[in-house]
Amino acid sequence: MKKYTDTGKKDTRSGFGAGLLKAGEANPNVVALTADLKGSLKMDAFAAQFPERFIQCGIAEANMVGAAAGLAITGKVPFIGSFAEFVTGRVYDQIRQEVAYGNTNVKIASSHAGITLGEDGATHQTMEDIALMRALPGMVVLNPCDFNQTVQATLAAAEYNGPVYLRFGRPSVPNFTDPDEPFVIGKAIVMNEGKDVTLFATGHTVWEALQAAEALEADGISAEVIDIASIKPLDEQAIVASARKTGAVVVAEEHNMAGGLGEAVAGVLAKACPTPVEFVNGQDLFGQSGTPSALMAAYGLDAPHIAEAAKKAIARK
Amino acid sequence: MAKTNEELKTIATQVRRDILRMVCLAKSGHPGGSMSSTDVLTTLYFNQMKQDPATWTRDGKGQDMFILSAGHMTPVYYSVLARCGYFPVSELASFRQMGTRLQGHPSVRKNLPGIFQASGSLGQGLSAACGLAIGKKMDKDNNFVFCLCGDGESEEGQIWEAGMFAVHQKLDNLIAMTDWNGKQIDGPVEEVSGIGDLAAKWEAWGWNVIVADAHDFDSIQKAFELAKAGKGSGKPVMILFKSEMGHGVDFMAGTHKWHGSVPKPEQLEDALKQLGETPLGDF
Repeated sequence: MKKYTDTGKKDTRSGFGAGLLKAGEANPNVVALTADLKGSLKMDAFAAQFPERFIQCGIAEANMVGAAAGLAITGKVPFIGSFAEFVTGRVYDQIRQEVAYGNTNVKIASSHAGITLGEDGATHQTMEDIALMRALPGMVVLNPCDFNQTVQATLAAAEYNGPVYLRFGRPSVPNFTDPDEPFVIGKAIVMNEGKDVTLFATGHTVWEALQAAEALEADGISAEVIDIASIKPLDEQAIVASARKTGAVVVAEEHNMAGGLGEAVAGVLAKACPTPVEFVNGQDLFGQSGTPSALMAAYGLDAPHIAEAAKKAIARK
Repeated sequence: MAKTNEELKTIATQVRRDILRMVCLAKSGHPGGSMSSTDVLTTLYFNQMKQDPATWTRDGKGQDMFILSAGHMTPVYYSVLARCGYFPVSELASFRQMGTRLQGHPSVRKNLPGIFQASGSLGQGLSAACGLAIGKKMDKDNNFVFCLCGDGESEEGQIWEAGMFAVHQKLDNLIAMTDWNGKQIDGPVEEVSGIGDLAAKWEAWGWNVIVADAHDFDSIQKAFELAKAGKGSGKPVMILFKSEMGHGVDFMAGTHKWHGSVPKPEQLEDALKQLGETPLGDF
């Protein structure tokens, strides 16, 4: 089994900030907008480097979405950044009309996603955003797992022509993927090959799934770990191929069950390859204040819970 | 070649005939606000906007751009676009029918030339227009962005977000308009949820405000000329067009009842008789 090394904890939102700067250097049409969260979204470097291409919108997310759509129509590649809740739920209708239906080349940079936003509590934690964005026709939904992958996903989003939802998080987490690995929209990434069970994970849960695979190996179980950084389009072929091979599946995500990756994977498997699936996710829950790691444990989203789910899935074969 | 007031009046009369015949054919649509903004949109497209159907592209490069924020006013919008030559006038007969490019509310997904952005869910177009105006400034494209809102639509909070934003961004290439007919679907605006003195509100927001008569071509033209002269002032312009819902047909004028309802066949006949035929001819 391939061992992954944490090269030093970093937040994925800083990966976005670094990616945005690179995208801005590569393409003069890249512009960035925020609703009073420049620092939180790590847009400072882009704003300092390209002040004429950075637009501070103030605390007015709905207007920001529309302004970005307008900019996209004139040929710009706008990234709008705020907390996940405020660039999805708060402005769902604006995104639906101005970005998705309007088919504008807007990139929605969504930080502080999921429960690991932490201490601010449930009003700021969204466990529903993937569901909202997945539901929109034509919307690409990306959820990279660490700093390096977020840099690459940001570059891929900038190059892709069409609406993209790019989800990342607040806390510092292990950084373990290859910094030079290009991000391919629509492609699942096999992190570890295995034969007894497949662990599909996305975002922060990918590292947890790798830890779970190590623990399972110690128990004599061979787990395949697949990073689903591209939630939509979904790599159905890779999902079916792995499920056929292992015959047992776990899907782990920092998101509620309704409309999340778990349901997406289950939908693919129900059609092509019915397989026992265990879900590691939020079950119709709001979050609460706490440290990110305490919340991941309390809500059952960490490595021990993934390992336990793997054993349950195997038992159902 | 600029149109004379007489020529504009002829086109506007034909547009009103188009509006009524379109909604009657479709048995649905929004004639009231379409008729209150007919003279303004006719003047805008035929005399004031730098636009050219032959070279139109969605990015609007080198041309003026227009956003219909009050997206339900498609009958007037489509008629004016067709009469300008964006698509065949005969296509107006397909309004709201299955498979049409003339969707109930503007769509960018049907390859209908002239449409820059989808609208229909209210309150959003002014924000998009701000984005277009910033894009033009970034590109050093010296043309204008126009945006038409409804007064009832101004109950949406996002209109006021955009209002603050446009001033902060110094968008003096943005000319917004409000069709101030005082009516919305449930009744008079002041009875439904009053918006008060729109002129004072937009002035307080920091806009250059012009009040004009939406059914007097001299007043409309003067308003646009004044608005364009504001370029360089660093301020966006709001033209408040005082208008009458259902203008041009006696039984439709001045009541909210025709916001989203359609004349019966005998009412259509009466309305067309009142408007009179034009040399442009019906679709």
